[in-house]
Amino acid sequence: MATSATTHAHAAPQGFIRKYIFSLDHKVIGIQYFFLALTAVWVGMFLSLLMRLHLYWPNAVLPLVGEIKPETYLSLLTMHGTIMIFFVLTTAPQGGFGNYFLPIQIGAPDMAFPVLNMLSFWTTFVAFVVMLSAFFVTGGAPLHGWTGYPPLSAVQQAGPGEGLGADLWIGSIAIFCIASLMGALNFLTTTLDMRAKGMTLMRMPLTCWSWFITAILGLLAFGVLLSAGILLLMDRNLGTSFYVPLVVVNGQIMGHKGGSPLLWQHLFWFFGHPEVYIAILPGMGVTSQILSTFSRKPIFGYKAMVYAMLAIGFLGFMVWGHHMFMSGMSPYSAFAFSILTMCIGVPSAIKTFNWLGTMLHGRIRFKTPMLYAIGFVSLFVSGGLSGPFLAQPVLDIQLHDTYFVVGHFHLIMGVAAIFGMFAATYYWVPKMFGRMMNEFWGRVHFFITLIGTYAIFMPMHYLGIAGGTRRYSQYTEVAYMQKLMPIHGFMTYAAIITIAAQFIFVINLFWSIFKGPKASDNPWEATTLEWTTATPPPHDNFGGVTPVVHNGPYEYGVPGAARDYVMQTDPAIGAAH
Amino acid sequence: MGLALLVVIWLITLASTYFFVAKTWWLPVGASAATKFIDGQFALTFILMGIIFLAAQLSLGYFSWRYRERPSAPPVSYSHGNVKLEIIWTVLTTILFVGLNLMGSNVWASERFDPAPPGSVQVEVTGMQFAWYFRYPGPDGKYGATSVKLMDPSAGGEAAVGLNTSDPASKDDVVTGTMYLPVNREVDLSIRSVDVIHSFFVPSLRFKQDAVPGLDIHMHITPTQIGEYEIACAELCGLGHYKIHGMVHVVSQEDFDKWLAAREAEKQ
Repeated sequence: MATSATTHAHAAPQGFIRKYIFSLDHKVIGIQYFFLALTAVWVGMFLSLLMRLHLYWPNAVLPLVGEIKPETYLSLLTMHGTIMIFFVLTTAPQGGFGNYFLPIQIGAPDMAFPVLNMLSFWTTFVAFVVMLSAFFVTGGAPLHGWTGYPPLSAVQQAGPGEGLGADLWIGSIAIFCIASLMGALNFLTTTLDMRAKGMTLMRMPLTCWSWFITAILGLLAFGVLLSAGILLLMDRNLGTSFYVPLVVVNGQIMGHKGGSPLLWQHLFWFFGHPEVYIAILPGMGVTSQILSTFSRKPIFGYKAMVYAMLAIGFLGFMVWGHHMFMSGMSPYSAFAFSILTMCIGVPSAIKTFNWLGTMLHGRIRFKTPMLYAIGFVSLFVSGGLSGPFLAQPVLDIQLHDTYFVVGHFHLIMGVAAIFGMFAATYYWVPKMFGRMMNEFWGRVHFFITLIGTYAIFMPMHYLGIAGGTRRYSQYTEVAYMQKLMPIHGFMTYAAIITIAAQFIFVINLFWSIFKGPKASDNPWEATTLEWTTATPPPHDNFGGVTPVVHNGPYEYGVPGAARDYVMQTDPAIGAAH
Repeated sequence: MGLALLVVIWLITLASTYFFVAKTWWLPVGASAATKFIDGQFALTFILMGIIFLAAQLSLGYFSWRYRERPSAPPVSYSHGNVKLEIIWTVLTTILFVGLNLMGSNVWASERFDPAPPGSVQVEVTGMQFAWYFRYPGPDGKYGATSVKLMDPSAGGEAAVGLNTSDPASKDDVVTGTMYLPVNREVDLSIRSVDVIHSFFVPSLRFKQDAVPGLDIHMHITPTQIGEYEIACAELCGLGHYKIHGMVHVVSQEDFDKWLAAREAEKQ
C-alpha cells in the first residue's frame, strides 16, 4: 500500500501559475473545484430566483432580465437543473472536498495521478464555460429540461433553444462526463493503492468510503451518459434515428424513422439514478464524520454504515426504471423496478437509525458544522420518506411529474446534499485556509436556511398532491391550478428570504479566509489524519513524515484514555473492532 | 443551542404535518373506479410514513437537547453500535417497504395487463404541440387509417391527426377537441403523440399516461361520476406545455349517445 506512495511525490512548485492555476497539488485542485462549484451554485440559485418570481408574478417585468416568456422560463429551468446537478452537486462534494481530503485522510502525499487530477479539473471548467455559453447563442439555452427527453431535445424545430443552444448543452455534458471519468479513476486508484501503513479499508473514515463508492458509481454511470449524449448529438446533426421515430413537428415531417424515445430515457436514467447517489453519498459521509466528532462518541454501527453505502451504490444501478412508470415501458418491468426501489429505502433507513444512535447518549457540541449535520439528517428523513410514495407505480399515477416529485428530490438530493456541503465547509475551512469561520453568523445562516428550505420545499408536496404539475411556466391556464397560486406565493417569498441569507454565508466565508482567527491544528478535537498535520497542510501533506495508523477513525470517549478522543495515529487502544 | 434546535425541528415537523392532516390542499375529488384503491393506498402510505417522519424528526430534536454537552452530563457511552438492533431495524423496514409495495400493485396491474373488455367505449387520445385531440371510431367500431403525411396541426380536427379520408373505416370517425365519456362504462383508451412526448393527466380520474410518438399505448379506465374534469399535461413538451389543456365531460349514456350522434350528423 504505502510502497507506491513515494513515487507520486512531486516537488513543491514555485511559480504562481504552476502553484495556483495549473497546479498538480490535490489541495489546490480541491480548492479550485470548490470555488468553481461556489460560482456555479450562485448562477443556479439566481436562475431559480427568476423562476420563482415568474411563477408567482407571470407578467412582471423584472429589472435586468425584462419579461420572462414561457420559453425563457423553460430555459431557466433546464439550466438551473443542469448546472446544479453537474457543476454543484457532483463537483463540490467529490471534486472539491474529496480531492482535498481523501489523500490526507488516508495518509497519502497526493492523489495517485496528479496530472490527471489537474486535467479533470480544467476539463470540468471547460464544460462549465460551454454550458454557460448556451445562454448567449441564437435561440438561447435549451428548454427541454435537465432530463432532455427526445424528441423534444432531438429535433431542432421543437422549440426555441433547441438549435445551437441544445448542441452546446449536450456538448458540455459530454465534456463533463470525460472529466468525471478521469476523476473517478483517480479516486479509485488513490483509495486502493495509496493508503498509509495501518490504514486498512475498515479503518478508513466514512468520508473516504463515501468518496470511494461515489467514484465507482461515477465510473460506471458517466460512461453511459457520454455514449447516450453522443447518440443524441448524432440524431440532431447527422440524421440518425436512435431516439426519434417518424414525427411531425410544426407541420413538417422530420427525416427520422424508427427510433425509440424510451431508449434515451433508459440510458439517461441508468446514469441519472446513480447520479442521485453521487450527489448525496459524500454528504452522508461527512455527516457521519461530523455527528461522531461533535457527539464525542464513536459512530454507531461503522460496519453497517459501510455496508449500507455499498448497498445503496449497488441497488442504485437497478432502480432507474422508477423514473419511467408512466412512460409506456413494460408494466412487468415496473414491478421489478418498484420493489428494488423500495429495497433501497432499507439501507437509507439504516443510516438514519445509526445517525440517531450516534447522538444518543453523546455529549453534543453545537458548533456550526454539527448544526448542518443535524440539518442534513432532518432533510434526509423528510426527503427520503416521500420516496416510498413515488416508488409505488400506483401512486405515481397521481404524483408523477407533479411538484410532489420536485419537493422530494430537492429535499433529498438538493438541499440535503447542500447541507452536507455547508457542514463540510464549516468543518474543513479551518484546515484548508488556516482560519476559523465565524460561529455566530454560521448559526444565523443555519437557522434561516433550515427554516427557509423547509418553507420552500415542503409546500411543494401539497401542491403535487393537489395535482400541480411541474415545469409549467405559469399556473394561469388550468382552473384547478389557479387555486394553488397561494402556495406558489408562499414558496416565492420563502425563496427570496432564503436566497438573501446566503450572502451571510459567502461574506462569512471570504471574511474568515482572510481575517478569521487563526485555527489550531485540531480545532474540533477530531481523530482522523487531516487533524494530525499542520494547518494548512504542507505541500506533501505530512511534512516528510508518513503517518502510521493504529486505530479506527471514530475513537471518542474511550474509557481510560487521557482525553476524550484517540487519534488514528495514537498508539493502539487495543480494543478489537 | 440544543433547545433552539429542538424547538425549530419540532415546529417544522408539526407545521408540515398539520397541512397533511388538515388536507388543506389534497387530492381532487376522485371520479373513476380506481379512485377508491389509489386513495386508500395513498392514505395508508401517508399514515406509515407519517409515523416514521414524526418519530425520526421528534427524536432528532429531542436528542439534540437531551444530549447537549453540559458539565453535569454523564460520560458518553463508548459503544460502536448494536448488531442485534441493526438487524431488527433492517428486517422491519424491509417488511414495511416491500409489503407496502406489493399491496399497491393491484390497480396498476389491472389497468395495464388486461385488455379492456369487449364492448368498451373506444377513444383515441392524440397529443401534439399544443393540443389534445380525441377520436371516436363511430358506429363501425373501427378507427380509420391515419398517416403522418396527412397531418396538418394548424388545420385542427381530422387533419391534425392525419385522418386518411379515403379509408372507408374513417368515414364515421369523429375527431373532437373535447373529450366526452359515458359514466360507468369501461373506456378503452389508445394514447398517441405526433411530435414530442406528452402526458395525458386527468387528476380527478386518477389517470396519467405518457403519450409517446411511435407508440400506441392502450389503457382502460371507468369514470364513475358525472362531471367536467380538467386535463393537464404531465410531460414537458415545449414552450406551450403550461397551456396544453382540455376537458373531459363525463355524461350519462343517453347524453353521450346524443352528443356522438350530433357529431356524426355534423360530419355527414
